[in-house]
Amino acid sequence: MTSTTTTTPARGTGDPVLETVGVTKTFGGVHALRGVDFQLAPGEIHALVGENGAGKSTLIKVLTGVYAPDAGEVRYAGETRHFRGPSDAQDVGISTIYQEVNLVPLLSVARNIFLGREPRNRFGLIDVRSMNQQARELMRELTIELDVSKELGRLGLGAQQMVALARAMSVESRVVIMDEPTSSLEAKEVTTLFTVARRLRDRGVGLVFVSHRLDELWELCDRVTILRDGRWVHTGPLAEMSRLELVSSMLGRDVEEVASEGATEFGESHRRSEEPAMVVSGIEVRNRLHGIDLTVRPGEVVGLAGLLGSGRSETVKAIYGAMHTDAGEVTVSGKKVRANSVRRALSAGIALLSEDRKAEGIIPDLSVRDNIALAVLPRMSRAGVVSEGKIDALVETFMRRLQIKASSPQQKVRELSGGNQQKVLIARWLCTEPTVFLLDEPTRGIDVGAKSEVQSLIDELAQQGLAVVLISSEMDELVEGADRIVVLHDGSAQSELDSRNLSSSELLRALAGDRSTDSPRGGQTGGPTDSPTDSKGEAS
Amino acid sequence: MSATEVDPATTNSPEAAMASRARFAALVQRQGAFAIFVLVMVVASFSFDSFLSRGNLTGIAVQASFLAMLALGMTFVIMTGGIDLSVGSVFALGGVLAAWGSQHGTLVAFALPLGVCGLIGLVQGLVIARGGLPPFIVTLAGLLFARGLLLLLTDEGAKTYKVPAGSSFRKLAQSDLLGVPYPVLLVVLFFAIGALVLHRTSYGASVLAIGGQEDAAELMGLPVQRTKVLTYVASALLAGFGGIMIASYTSSGVTILGVGLELEAIAAVVLGGTLLTGGAGTILGSLIGVLLLQVIKNVINQVGSLDSDWQAVVSGSILLGVVTLQRWLTRAERT
Amino acid sequence: MTDTASPATTGASAPESSGRSRRVDSDWVRRNGVFVALVLLLLFNLLFTDNFATEGTLRLQLVQVAPVLIVALGMALVIGTEGIDLSVGAVMALAAALIPLYIGYGTGVSIGISLAAGVVVGLIAGVLVAHVGVQPIVATLGLMVAGRGVANLFGGQIKSIRDESFRELGTGSILGIPYVVAIAAVIAVVVGLVVRRTTYGRQLVAIGGNKLAAELAGLPVKRVLVTTYVVSGLLAAMAGILLAARSQASDPTKLGLLMELSAITAVVIGGTPLSGGQVRILGTVAGALLMQLITATLIFHNIQDSWAQIVQAVIVIAAVYVQLGRGTTRKSRKT
Repeated sequence: MTSTTTTTPARGTGDPVLETVGVTKTFGGVHALRGVDFQLAPGEIHALVGENGAGKSTLIKVLTGVYAPDAGEVRYAGETRHFRGPSDAQDVGISTIYQEVNLVPLLSVARNIFLGREPRNRFGLIDVRSMNQQARELMRELTIELDVSKELGRLGLGAQQMVALARAMSVESRVVIMDEPTSSLEAKEVTTLFTVARRLRDRGVGLVFVSHRLDELWELCDRVTILRDGRWVHTGPLAEMSRLELVSSMLGRDVEEVASEGATEFGESHRRSEEPAMVVSGIEVRNRLHGIDLTVRPGEVVGLAGLLGSGRSETVKAIYGAMHTDAGEVTVSGKKVRANSVRRALSAGIALLSEDRKAEGIIPDLSVRDNIALAVLPRMSRAGVVSEGKIDALVETFMRRLQIKASSPQQKVRELSGGNQQKVLIARWLCTEPTVFLLDEPTRGIDVGAKSEVQSLIDELAQQGLAVVLISSEMDELVEGADRIVVLHDGSAQSELDSRNLSSSELLRALAGDRSTDSPRGGQTGGPTDSPTDSKGEAS
Repeated sequence: MSATEVDPATTNSPEAAMASRARFAALVQRQGAFAIFVLVMVVASFSFDSFLSRGNLTGIAVQASFLAMLALGMTFVIMTGGIDLSVGSVFALGGVLAAWGSQHGTLVAFALPLGVCGLIGLVQGLVIARGGLPPFIVTLAGLLFARGLLLLLTDEGAKTYKVPAGSSFRKLAQSDLLGVPYPVLLVVLFFAIGALVLHRTSYGASVLAIGGQEDAAELMGLPVQRTKVLTYVASALLAGFGGIMIASYTSSGVTILGVGLELEAIAAVVLGGTLLTGGAGTILGSLIGVLLLQVIKNVINQVGSLDSDWQAVVSGSILLGVVTLQRWLTRAERT
Repeated sequence: MTDTASPATTGASAPESSGRSRRVDSDWVRRNGVFVALVLLLLFNLLFTDNFATEGTLRLQLVQVAPVLIVALGMALVIGTEGIDLSVGAVMALAAALIPLYIGYGTGVSIGISLAAGVVVGLIAGVLVAHVGVQPIVATLGLMVAGRGVANLFGGQIKSIRDESFRELGTGSILGIPYVVAIAAVIAVVVGLVVRRTTYGRQLVAIGGNKLAAELAGLPVKRVLVTTYVVSGLLAAMAGILLAARSQASDPTKLGLLMELSAITAVVIGGTPLSGGQVRILGTVAGALLMQLITATLIFHNIQDSWAQIVQAVIVIAAVYVQLGRGTTRKSRKT
């Protein structure tokens, strides 16, 4: 795959300081990266973008020596390198700044900057005075105002990121990799961070910048490399690219392409009644969600779209009581659900299929049977003793209905394929006989066959009158599966697509944040939810 | 729990409130034991005339010095996010080896226990750091192993080795400098070195970094495994040295010592504000934790009518109280 | 949050299928190793130990293992929730210490009060762990220290217990089976049934297996945790009562000492992983028997008691190593 087809912009020229050639990395047979070529020039800020599973994190870990590539090679300053660990990469001059600050909160700013390379006095002990002095000079150079003797943990996150940058500076790195450095920063802190990043660029440092906030890319970066499904897709100057183009190549859709009918197993739109099954109004989660409203009717599939970090998963978690909300109200079939309690949400008839199957879904060492019956155990037992007969009947019904392929109901769930694990979890929730089913990426990471089965199951469930909220990063799935799509952006509902304008191209535009095609909000969120979002008397 | 009504527009005030609460949490965590210590001291000095007497205070200090050695090592271990249950046994083993060794010269009395204990620490450290086994289990086995070795050496505990009458080894714990007993001086010296190591060496920084977040420490290129091994070796060496001190102090290798002492050491460290999750803590805090436990013992002994068993009850309750408080406050800090 | 997932976690379940055959092997060893070892050791003794296959010898072994087993069963439940209970030894002492105080009101009353004390300690541990969020090891450590103190306060020195029916409980037998053994057997069966057949048991295992998922599935996580520590306290109290009944005395300073370690060892050797999510009752029974038999074998062959501890230490490490099986993730990442 030769990829050096970019036109030469002002920045990003010169021999690359860091590059990968045909890097491939697999995890247990799954390709995380396939033959990726990537080049970082000195004195440029290079954006690296892609949706979940695109391979960004893996590529960064290969660049920083955390993973060794299975095939292909990493070149630094023109030489092939085999990093044996992150310290190797650091030693040659590659620094990394992570989303969560990876520094030691108990040590002072100066200590953190020089951790591992502290100036010593003649007794071999750390020379605090000269260390602080050097740290102060460094801060002055970067025009960061900070007391370097202060404990790092007492600083704000933004300031901690600056310290991480200063640390990168102090090792005189030629490459700085920033992995979502802004995701937990306030706007002001972001500005300062960018100023410092630009200063580093002007000194000839090559920076890799990963962010899911698209605006930031154009503000800061010179070039962009797009990955999708572990493959290299595009590299080029950002200035020559529109948001729509960027998003469409991230998602793998052509801007001009008309939605191909029948790419999924979803059928036609569903019959829906007018009484809402669930009304969500004014959900607030600090720094994450800002006044989310959502109405779902029985038999309706409402899609929840948005790019990475837009708050999709957070929204369903907040509805389900699994994420602490600061304000907002959820009613199911007209009855208010007490906030912040999973058990209340469950008994009110809400079910959530989590995105992270492994961490939040399956109990790996339990059998298929026990996993399915987990949420309804009390209902399956008398006086605390489980009725095996009832469970067997229930499990058998669902295993047949969802066509779960397991050697027996007793098989451990961790031995199943991803698709069958997902069906086990869907069965777990269907046992609870929910009124509203929140599905967070129900088809991610499962094979094609299982995928279409799950899709037609969702269809079937909606037809039977279940209210469904569907989150998916696959556009086809949303466009064909949902009756309406609410598009989230930075934690609030930005636009909504319904039968009148439900198409891939419209969705793409909405995702890219192209406001010109916005259908007016308000009237469409419908239902009796027009009440203002001031229900803050919620917290006990 | 907390009524946080956050208006996104004006997040300032709740954030400020949260910050002050976090600061208070940090204060309690770091200084809670010190405050209780001062309180107990003040109350005790008013209640008992003899409490502030030189003899009594010296007694407290000497009695506390043995536990202090264990607590110092334990502080480092806990800061890396680990735990060392073997120190009580290693302490007793060190004492017996020192007493036996003193019959062959003072040098042997030092070298033998330190060598054996260091070796136990090294094996534990290697199994934990390289084998990836949980510290809890490894050091639990170390506890059994060291005590088994001890019983083997002493004919199932029947034999007590004596330090020869004229041995210079006795001086270690039975002499004083300007009225300050050697054990106390040694503790001060070791804690000063400990603080210096923690704050002024790259090893110390690695300890704090590993406890804070092991992955992060590795990503920063710190020598995680080596640091862990060193920490368990240091803990075993300090426990062994505590044993040497007690052998010199009692002029014999008492085999029944040290049972449950590892738990007292852990209690002292946790009281001193070191979080069992690692990454936070102070050397001085552990010393205060040790002193607090010892002062409580002393006070309960002074109250004639009170059974000395109150000591355990009070220590345990204080430990639970402080941990509960820490927990509540740090939770407030997080949310 | 959602964006940090690396392909390793997002991509299907492929990582699991690799190296499956190796896992099956180590799984088999983990599950059945203890039984194999037990059978081998039994065979060894039958062949090489004089007077082993006599009723008296076997009966003594069972009587001796019964209290350990009862405590280990409670411990197995706690470990199944990914917890640990260090307070069991102290609870035994406390329960035993209460007997002579209330035996005057009737045997049943005194036993009831003792059991209630175990429940109270378990309740405190459970609330600290489940509601306050204190780490199990710290919460139960504090209770261990305080619990033994309380036991000593109540019990004072060794007290002999003169009560005919209490004596009968400790020394009598039914159909040739000592009561102590019969009670342990009944408890083992009941606990086994509870784990398998009740809502509580299923939920316990699920919580230990994946606490977050269990919470999201609406399981009463806190209630289950509290119950588990209560059961552990109750069973420890039971064991303490039986020990007191056998010796017809309570000795709060010695009774149940290091019992927590024996119990943990039995559970771990029995194949219950410390990481929770599984409770192996049969394995725990075999684990307790194995440890008892090892000690006995060494004694039969005039090998000192101390060796038993050293052997125990090695076995614990080996058992945990087998559990970890295929080496650690750390290692595999490095190479």
